[in-house]
Amino acid sequence: MIEVKKLSKTYSNGGVETQALVDVSFKVEKGEFVAIIGPSGSGKSTLMHILGALDKPTSGEYILNGKNVENMKKDELAEIRNKEIGFVFQSYNLLPRMSSLKNVMLPMAYGGIPKKERIKKAEKMLKVVGLEDKLRSVPNQLSGGQKQRVAIARALTMEPAIILADEPTGNLPTNQSNEIISLFEELNKNGHTVIIITHNDDIAKKARRVLTLVDGRIVSDQKNI
Amino acid sequence: MRLIEIFEESISVLKTNGMRTALSALGIIIGIGSVITLMTLGQASQQSVKNRIQSLGSNLLIVRPGAQRSGFLRGSASGNTTLKYSDAKAIEASQRINTIQKVAAEYSSRTQLVYGRNNTNIQVSGVTGEYFDSRNITLTVGSPITEQQNQNMEKVVVLGPTVVEDLFGTNVNPIGKSIRINGTSFTVVGVTKSKGSSGVGNSDDIAYVPLQTAQKVLFGVDYISTIYVTAKNDDLMEAAQNQLGFLLLELHNKATPSDADFTVSSQADILETATEVTSTFTTLLTGIAAISLIVGGIGIMNIMLVTVTERTMEIGLRMSLGAKSRTIITQFLTEAVVLTITGGMLGVLIGVGASTIITKAMSLPTAISYQSIVLSVVVSCLIGIIFGWYPAYKASKLQPIEALRYE
Repeated sequence: MIEVKKLSKTYSNGGVETQALVDVSFKVEKGEFVAIIGPSGSGKSTLMHILGALDKPTSGEYILNGKNVENMKKDELAEIRNKEIGFVFQSYNLLPRMSSLKNVMLPMAYGGIPKKERIKKAEKMLKVVGLEDKLRSVPNQLSGGQKQRVAIARALTMEPAIILADEPTGNLPTNQSNEIISLFEELNKNGHTVIIITHNDDIAKKARRVLTLVDGRIVSDQKNI
Repeated sequence: MRLIEIFEESISVLKTNGMRTALSALGIIIGIGSVITLMTLGQASQQSVKNRIQSLGSNLLIVRPGAQRSGFLRGSASGNTTLKYSDAKAIEASQRINTIQKVAAEYSSRTQLVYGRNNTNIQVSGVTGEYFDSRNITLTVGSPITEQQNQNMEKVVVLGPTVVEDLFGTNVNPIGKSIRINGTSFTVVGVTKSKGSSGVGNSDDIAYVPLQTAQKVLFGVDYISTIYVTAKNDDLMEAAQNQLGFLLLELHNKATPSDADFTVSSQADILETATEVTSTFTTLLTGIAAISLIVGGIGIMNIMLVTVTERTMEIGLRMSLGAKSRTIITQFLTEAVVLTITGGMLGVLIGVGASTIITKAMSLPTAISYQSIVLSVVVSCLIGIIFGWYPAYKASKLQPIEALRYE
């Protein structure tokens, strides 16, 4: 499903080169629940952005569902982000002037789905995350956990095979954080491939596989039993 | 994403920033408003000049002595003595000319009119019988100069309303009274209706006497100053102008038009000269208003650039959810165009309102040109596209991940 080979990313800032990723190679199969852990600055987010087709690697290959992503044009990447990957951000990234329903409908608008169908689908997805009573609320009226659930509903709406979550519980208190994690567990049980970045060991324990990144390199790849 | 949805969203965004939207649209509102007002005022004053000149007769051709030059304005027409009464008679009698209706001849000069203790120095015109008809001069009382009076060299006079007032005072019927012109006694037979000053001489401050009387009794000349010819209708003006020209060339023994010792001009020529001034002025003012429109456009560009910077995060997010560059461009371009078109339409309302009030106040004919309204809306749309394009392009070129990180 996902395969990366010798992935490297180098940032150059004022002549100083920083290596965010060095020769990262791994494979993720369909239906896996993978946690990527590591200290700050280890390159976790950079890896996630490349996996999410939001950024391009400096070198190496990224094969998603059999297609080489690293050489794709802008519009093709937009297509990938729209249809194949659902991205969940640490800071939710909801549009503040729009209701939960409209926020969830947004990817479908770019995916060319008719408006009636969009509303139906968005309502369904908000029900999946348990927010059927908050359809008309704008982000300011929601708690952090609720916002993140709207964001997850948004990530699910185009029915992508892969859900990428970049520290989805990073801004949440423990109880709300647990709700979000069980939501991811449930999604995984229903067949979604989930890749999650986290600092939190408890979450990492719930994943079935843990990749540890240090200084841009994978230092361990363990299966949890 | 369909265009209609992008449009709806633009409106919602512009509403969210109501104050800013209003202020940035203000430049366009003022620009379009002033362009429409100035265009309308220009056309109104042009129309008013045209109306006045046409009231003097629109199918009138004027033959004057002097070299053929372009336009109506010449150096010294008064020194030319080449046009004779016989020319006018020949035109009237000619079998070859079939496009004309009436021929009138005039000799005019300034002289002194005296009644009792009052006197006035005005233009006295010696005219033939067809003169009043061909120049659309109507009388309030009495009768015009007739051909009979011309042939008999009678000493009768028709006065303009201003002359009557100067000589007799108000509320006096001058018909039958005797006045002295250049020392000779004349009987008043009529008073003309006021025409107002037309910019080509005041036709109220004038006295008309029979042509032959003027030539032989008053001024002792054998030439005339003008022949007025009316064409059968407006469409025959050019044909009549040519026929007249060639006949006169023959009469004066001139071989080519460049040797002509006379000019044949039409009302159209006079109109042209008169409207040239107003139209130059209108163009100039409209040009200045158009500059304010460009300034308004730059204001729009400025505000759109601010918007794009402010919403960098949003752009990044939209891209991360699958928005293509084209969609982002369309979104921001639509916002700019909605802004300018709204401003443009408000500007049209203000322009139409202002020009109606001003033309009413100046009692000019109100003629709001619908072309200028359509043009304004098109122009404001174009301004939106031109000045909105760069900010929209800038937005679409953002890298999704950099845009998302932007704070």
